[in-house]
Amino acid sequence: MSALQSQSQPLVKVRDLNVAFVSKEATLHAVNGVDFDLAPKETLCILGESGSGKSVTLRSLMRLHPPRRTRITGTIQVDGTDIVAASERELSSIRGRLVSMIFQEPMTALDPVFTIGKQITETIRRHEGVSHQEAQRRALDLLELVQIPSARQRLDAYPHELSGGLRQRAMIAVALSVRPKLLLADEPTTALDATVQIQVLLLLKRIQAELGMGVIFVTHDLGVAGEIADRIAVMYAGRFIEEAPAEALLEAPEHPYVEGLLGATVTPASRGRRLTAIPGSPPNLRTLPVGCAFAPRCTSAEPNCRAAVPDLRALAPDRTVRCIHPAGLRPSMPPAMAFAAEERAP
Amino acid sequence: MIFYIVRRVLYSIPIALSVGLVCFLLVYISPGDPISAIAPPDAPAEMITQLRRDYGLDKPLPEQFAIWLGRVVQGDLGRSLSTGRPVWGEVSVALKNTVSLAVAACTLAFAIGTLLGGLAAAFRDTWVDRIAMTFAVAGVSVPHYWLGMLLVAVFAVTFPLAPSMGAGPGGTFVWDWAHLPFLILPMVTLSAIPLGLVARTVRGTVIEILHQEFITTLRGKGLRSGGILLHVAKNAAPSVLAVMGLQLGYLMGGSILVETVFSWPGTGFLLNSAIFQRDIPLLQGTILVLALLFVALNLVVDLGQALLDPRIKR
Repeated sequence: MSALQSQSQPLVKVRDLNVAFVSKEATLHAVNGVDFDLAPKETLCILGESGSGKSVTLRSLMRLHPPRRTRITGTIQVDGTDIVAASERELSSIRGRLVSMIFQEPMTALDPVFTIGKQITETIRRHEGVSHQEAQRRALDLLELVQIPSARQRLDAYPHELSGGLRQRAMIAVALSVRPKLLLADEPTTALDATVQIQVLLLLKRIQAELGMGVIFVTHDLGVAGEIADRIAVMYAGRFIEEAPAEALLEAPEHPYVEGLLGATVTPASRGRRLTAIPGSPPNLRTLPVGCAFAPRCTSAEPNCRAAVPDLRALAPDRTVRCIHPAGLRPSMPPAMAFAAEERAP
Repeated sequence: MIFYIVRRVLYSIPIALSVGLVCFLLVYISPGDPISAIAPPDAPAEMITQLRRDYGLDKPLPEQFAIWLGRVVQGDLGRSLSTGRPVWGEVSVALKNTVSLAVAACTLAFAIGTLLGGLAAAFRDTWVDRIAMTFAVAGVSVPHYWLGMLLVAVFAVTFPLAPSMGAGPGGTFVWDWAHLPFLILPMVTLSAIPLGLVARTVRGTVIEILHQEFITTLRGKGLRSGGILLHVAKNAAPSVLAVMGLQLGYLMGGSILVETVFSWPGTGFLLNSAIFQRDIPLLQGTILVLALLFVALNLVVDLGQALLDPRIKR
């Protein structure tokens, strides 16, 4: 592929992705028709609460689900490779090399009885077949890249001998072993202290710029999303319900659910004001409603909302929402929202 | 690591001492008077008192224990009442035979048990799993003296393929081709229980490990089955090692029935005859040696686990 083409072509292309987990008792529809693109070197944040399908979407990009119980349909292309159709054998050479992943809890995601060094070198040797010494040297470079102090000694350390922050850095080093084009991050900062969290985020940002990777970052934390993302996609009940550039979305959300999320978040501006909670609870993924999955909790829901799943509509070239009456088009706006809409108008 | 080893060795000392105390008290817990075993049934009372004094049985218990312990530490386990030979000599010969048999049986159990358990875990809830686990449960449940007799009836009597009595020429077992056939039937019999236990442990441990998140990480790094197997094996090894160590320990002493069925000249056989002849010093000595061996084996297992799992040595 020429340089020009790779500029115009998206790194990731997902169309009508559906993921269901099948068991004897029930079928769980975790992802229900997700479309998105990721440009090279771009960071997309998938935001959503537990069970919204964000992690499942992420893991689909390297088909990391238990193969026997999972049904995936739709199109997933990463750097031109069809992930849905790939054989296990092809997948194993894509995983770690083209696409790799950072997990939420580095304590359980790293093998407790292997040293950090070994867990990095085995990945390098798997994909590049270099000598042990060469792999060892590169593992050291990687630990220095993720800013682990006294890296040489840490190569021989076991995961339990590191602090939470260092462990997550080691996890990042493992994921970067073979310089993947796409890095998937599954809530990589959720298990960390707030101060360590920001360090790890800054590190990820710096490394992304340095290595020029595409990053898809899953989180439930609006603050984290705002810190790292170029674009944010919000998931609810297995669907993307709103997708927009990060700033635009955080400033003026269109979907009532996203409005609700922002209303329930502590910001400097919300000081002294009462936080509003979203009433109700997320839907059961075994028995999804026919229409908009958020309708039962939505204050502006109308009969149309319950009749069919709303289409994804484009409000701007880089902005989509899956709602019949997004904030910008709502006839009777609450004053605060109206103000936000006005601000955006010019 | 050094510190851990030293501490573990020190911990073993009180255990070994208590084992010694129990062995010593065995004489007093067991029914029947040791003197009555050597004295003629119609011996006069003075003769019995005399014998008591000769054997030091008239002294207070703690003093007797101290004397006994002092001798044991120097390797003197006393003399057998029935043969008059030193107990240590008898025990050490028998122990060699038993250890050979136990090690062979354990190796067999470990190899086949790991294979069965591993297959069962990899093909969980399929017919492979069910067959392997049926085999394992059968191995654990079948009374092994019965299995021994069955094997003798089939493979020594109906189809004379392997000898069923003794340890081969010379009466003791040596690792050579002339003696090896004698090992087969007792080895297979003795391996049944540990085989079943190892298979079940391996299955359970491997299934648990396969559910851990780091397995997803390993798949996510693109490792193939072989590479993942290496991780599973090292994670499973400590639990399996613990089961194997205990089983080896049980086989050292717990094979009384099997050794009797096959007339294998080991410690179990020795214990059997010591019990029937009420040969207390021999019984005491054998049990003590076996128990100490068990303690030592546990120590080795613990150290082995620490070697395999870095989280243990602290």
